Amino acid sequence: MRIEWRSKDAINSMLFFSLLVVVIFSFAFEPTAEQSRVIAGGLMWVAFLFAAVVALNQTWARELRNQVLDAYRVSPAPPNSLFLAKVLGNFLFVVVLEVLMAPLFMVFYQLRSVGPVWQLVVIALLGTWALVVNGTFFAALSIRTRSREVMLPLILFPISIPALLAMVHGTTWVLTGESSPDTSIKLLLVYDVIFTAVCLLLFESVLNAE
Amino acid sequence: MTGQSDSSRHPVIVLQDLVKFFGRFAALRGITESFSPARLYVVVGDNGAGKSTLLRVVAGLTQPSQGSVTLLGARTAHEVAHRIGYMGHAPLLYDELSGMENLRYFAGLYGREGDAICGNSMQSVGLDPELERRVGQYSQGMRQRLSLARAVLHNPELMLLDEPFSNVDVHSARDMAAVLGRVRDKGKTVFVVTHQSSLMEQVADEFVHMSEGKIVSRESVRQAPASATSGVGGER
Repeated sequence: MRIEWRSKDAINSMLFFSLLVVVIFSFAFEPTAEQSRVIAGGLMWVAFLFAAVVALNQTWARELRNQVLDAYRVSPAPPNSLFLAKVLGNFLFVVVLEVLMAPLFMVFYQLRSVGPVWQLVVIALLGTWALVVNGTFFAALSIRTRSREVMLPLILFPISIPALLAMVHGTTWVLTGESSPDTSIKLLLVYDVIFTAVCLLLFESVLNAE
Repeated sequence: MTGQSDSSRHPVIVLQDLVKFFGRFAALRGITESFSPARLYVVVGDNGAGKSTLLRVVAGLTQPSQGSVTLLGARTAHEVAHRIGYMGHAPLLYDELSGMENLRYFAGLYGREGDAICGNSMQSVGLDPELERRVGQYSQGMRQRLSLARAVLHNPELMLLDEPFSNVDVHSARDMAAVLGRVRDKGKTVFVVTHQSSLMEQVADEFVHMSEGKIVSRESVRQAPASATSGVGGER
């Protein structure tokens, strides 16, 4: 995190990309306030997903340079501690992005939530965790491939579909007040628990793969 | 099998029928050797002899295709990771952090805290702990020194160093060789893979010659301490 704070490589890329999505889509569609509430869930998560991928692709870049991963592998530190540290760092960056972008979405799409805002926060946190835990794992999986920047989204997007659907529907239901997002929240919770456990179980094998 | 003169002391490394394939290429071809503690071994050989592969297998970074490695009495390197220091071809350092920041970070991986340890480690290799320059701005010699400092940071019993003098000027290289000699004098075991064996002549205990994936000879420069049991040893 200290390195990222100094360079701000990932944060700047993410912010710029998200801003681009917000602005372009607002000019492309010019939705009314009512239409905005219906499409905003999908728009927001498209913006955050692609912005997260920009950051996730750089997750292991500094470790690859100078082969720092070898230093981890020969150390007694548990591999899962490295994985969790990376996930938490990425989670923090994406949450900061969401906090910074939320006002812009409200302005550009005249958004006002009909449902309770706290439900939006819960969906955002659970959904973000789902993206970054899988993204960090698959970024590690793809570091030894030649086209790793293509490989990550290729693997991540299909795996993330259940979570993405839950995020988008949940967000839309809160914004429109059409339905309760409880099912989406439960689905995200279960998804997060399962995939966090699986990633933790498999990360050591990925780290030590030749 | 080459000389195992002093292996009757508990050997620090035991290699048994070690084979390593990369695809169809055999980088290591059935090595069976043991190495005693508190010695400085210099592994030499032509490019492609298997020196770096041997070191990486011993360090646990690469798994052997066949055979086994027993390291400090353990079957896997990870069990004794806190007792091993490794220095690779690459510096294994973050370019974006200063020397002390790097060492603080890696000290944490070994459960070590405190600037004193990191500062001493930097000073032992001739670097200034107060230097705030980021590692990315270091000269190659400084990077190698810091990489060595990282490897000795946690006071390991066994050190595995791959080409520590690579791209380092002669003066710095001699300083680093002297550091390794002092490390050995403290009772540690040091393995150095290098093309520049002349730099190690003053401090080495044994030269281990490799060719085509095998250890072809072992040449003792100094005898093991008298506490070792007698046996066949010395030059072949």
